[in-house]
Amino acid sequence: MKTYFFPALRLTIVLLIVCAVLYPLSIWLLGKMAPGQGKGVQITAQGRNYYRNIGQSFTEVQYFQGRPSAVGYNAAGSGGSNKGPSNPEYLDIVQGRIDTFLKYNPGVQKHDIPADLVTASGSGLDPDISVASAVIQVPRIAAKRSVPESELKQLIQQHTQKPLWGLFGPERVNVLELNIALDKLSKS
Amino acid sequence: MNTEIMGILATFLIALLLALPLGKYIARVYAGEKTKMDFLFNPLDRLLYRISGIDARREMNWKQHMMVMLTINLIWVLMSMVILMCQQWLPLNPDHNPNMPADLAFNTSISFVVNCNLQHYSGESGVSYLSQMWLMFLQFVSATTGMAAVVVLFKAFKARSTTQLGNFYTYFVRSCTRILLPLSSILAIVVLFNGTPMTFEGKQEMIGLQGDSVAVSTGPAAAFVGIKHVGTNGGGFFAANSAHPLENPNYLTNMAEMVGQMIIPLAMIFAFGYFIQRRRLSWMIFGVMTIGFLLLAIPNVVQEMNGNPALTARGLNSTMGAMEGKEVRFGAAASGFWSIVTTVISTGSVNAMHDSTMPLSGMNEMLAMMINAFYGGCGVGLLNFFIFIILAVFISGLMVGRTPEFLGKKIEAREMKIAMIIALLHPLLILAGTALTVSMPALGRATVANPGYHGFSEILYEFTSSAANNGSGFEGLGDNTPWWNIATGIVLLLGRFLPIIGPVAIAGMLAEKKYIPEGNGTLRTDTGTFGMMVFAVIVIITALSFFPTLALGPLAEHFSMP
Repeated sequence: MKTYFFPALRLTIVLLIVCAVLYPLSIWLLGKMAPGQGKGVQITAQGRNYYRNIGQSFTEVQYFQGRPSAVGYNAAGSGGSNKGPSNPEYLDIVQGRIDTFLKYNPGVQKHDIPADLVTASGSGLDPDISVASAVIQVPRIAAKRSVPESELKQLIQQHTQKPLWGLFGPERVNVLELNIALDKLSKS
Repeated sequence: MNTEIMGILATFLIALLLALPLGKYIARVYAGEKTKMDFLFNPLDRLLYRISGIDARREMNWKQHMMVMLTINLIWVLMSMVILMCQQWLPLNPDHNPNMPADLAFNTSISFVVNCNLQHYSGESGVSYLSQMWLMFLQFVSATTGMAAVVVLFKAFKARSTTQLGNFYTYFVRSCTRILLPLSSILAIVVLFNGTPMTFEGKQEMIGLQGDSVAVSTGPAAAFVGIKHVGTNGGGFFAANSAHPLENPNYLTNMAEMVGQMIIPLAMIFAFGYFIQRRRLSWMIFGVMTIGFLLLAIPNVVQEMNGNPALTARGLNSTMGAMEGKEVRFGAAASGFWSIVTTVISTGSVNAMHDSTMPLSGMNEMLAMMINAFYGGCGVGLLNFFIFIILAVFISGLMVGRTPEFLGKKIEAREMKIAMIIALLHPLLILAGTALTVSMPALGRATVANPGYHGFSEILYEFTSSAANNGSGFEGLGDNTPWWNIATGIVLLLGRFLPIIGPVAIAGMLAEKKYIPEGNGTLRTDTGTFGMMVFAVIVIITALSFFPTLALGPLAEHFSMP
């Protein structure tokens, strides 16, 4: 007891101070200098604050829509659908999403719909869509907002985030930023 | 070349290039040699020893090492239970999250003490910030425990004939202050400056662009993410783990978090070679592990990039890959790659939901944990691999008619018995646990989220992940039930401490034996031939133990799909 227990207990307590107090405290202090003061990066538009990295639900047809979410984009929680790849119920859900998309986007061919638009993300809060997923929605939004398609395509191009250093990872578009810019371009 | 593939290659190369010098540094730290950071760490360590009343010069034999380890781990489990079950009454709980029930606290405490992250709760609603900081502390000390244990083995092979194997506390404290703290600080700062929050404020209300009102969970995540990867624990701050856009905001952080989890397991291999001055042995180990790793990782990358054939058959465009459960900013390739990095290394963090990966990807994730020795967790990876080395030495010794020896020490019946028990314990825990759960539909089948073969895979994955102390899951499984919490809690304990004690005991016994200088008759263990032998032993043991169950789950699902 004396040889093993007390040194272990005392060591636990001092390491608790080092690892669970001093370490997080110094990261917290550094966070004051980080973007968003360590509270998450925010963007302000029309007097409202949004989290840049937290995706939002876009259901209205005049907005670019994001990905399906298993948590309804409520960032009080997070998670994916956890549907297995062969689950028949899941395959029907995806089929349903495809049908809905085709209904609201007449003229689009089924095999042109990118996979990210009809599958739920891992976090349920994915802020991005692929470039193809943005482009495929252009005709619908152009018609709804009476703006030329070319302007929308230019807008997408401006908001496309290139791979890291031009080398690593996929291209993507932040849906929230794109929709904020869209609202600036044309009042719906 | 495709930028997604380039991203993976770069990640692996960066990890390897950093691991080589780090391995040298780690060897120096444990040997007590001078390093450039001594001016800072020597006084800090001395202060820690003085406050704790530890005599850092007292040498211990292997049994004393293990006693110290078990005592301090027991203290953590007890403290953890108290904190988690009382978190509602303790400070730093801005969201007023309730106390954990006893079974969940039992599971969570054991899980984090054994460097696993089988989180049967959600980070946003299940724990207070104080509990998160406590779990973060456990991420430090559980990684440290594994590292200190493997140093006992290092020491046993450096000494010629001895029972004295250094001091556990010094290995422990040095791992923490000189390796984990600096590395996790670096990773924490990288993610912090890329958008991961570090705040003690509670949930924030946010009105969306369309006018919907939602709450956003933030918290002191950056510090947590640093150690969660460097210490290979993998516990997520948020429920979605590193798929969450605040926990892993962009491709750079995704690469950094992958490098973070690979770097110590890789460096440990090289540290072993430097420490015992047999660098060729390190390259043999590295070679075997890397071949195994690539054989698992490449098929996953390919399958995830090819997309879900069941959806392709229905006319969906699969050029982006299988995106269910994945994030656009990482893409299918980096998600498939991560799924193997995190399972070979026993991290258990995820950047995509494994439940939704393709059947054979899921099988490779399970295989990675069933083998549990390709890189492996901080320290424990090498301990697991050591068991396979002992088995390979013995079998090849029999094949060529020589006395089995490893590094100048005879391997005899006692060591072989321990090695066999440890090698068979892992399949026993996984298969018996799965069989028991499947035989009780109310406890097992009722908790699965997907029908058919995939449901069986969910149960198998949960036990595999527990026995390997990995912590990832097929998260559709409704695992917060008393059965799952208690059953996996017990598997976690056995799957942690026996595979540490076994190899350390073997090493301790070998250290006491007479050193026989290597001669012409010695079977060399640092060659490619011996590497192939070890690989064959791993494949045979794994295939014989696990093939039938894998056939019932992921293989059956694969062949049922278009």
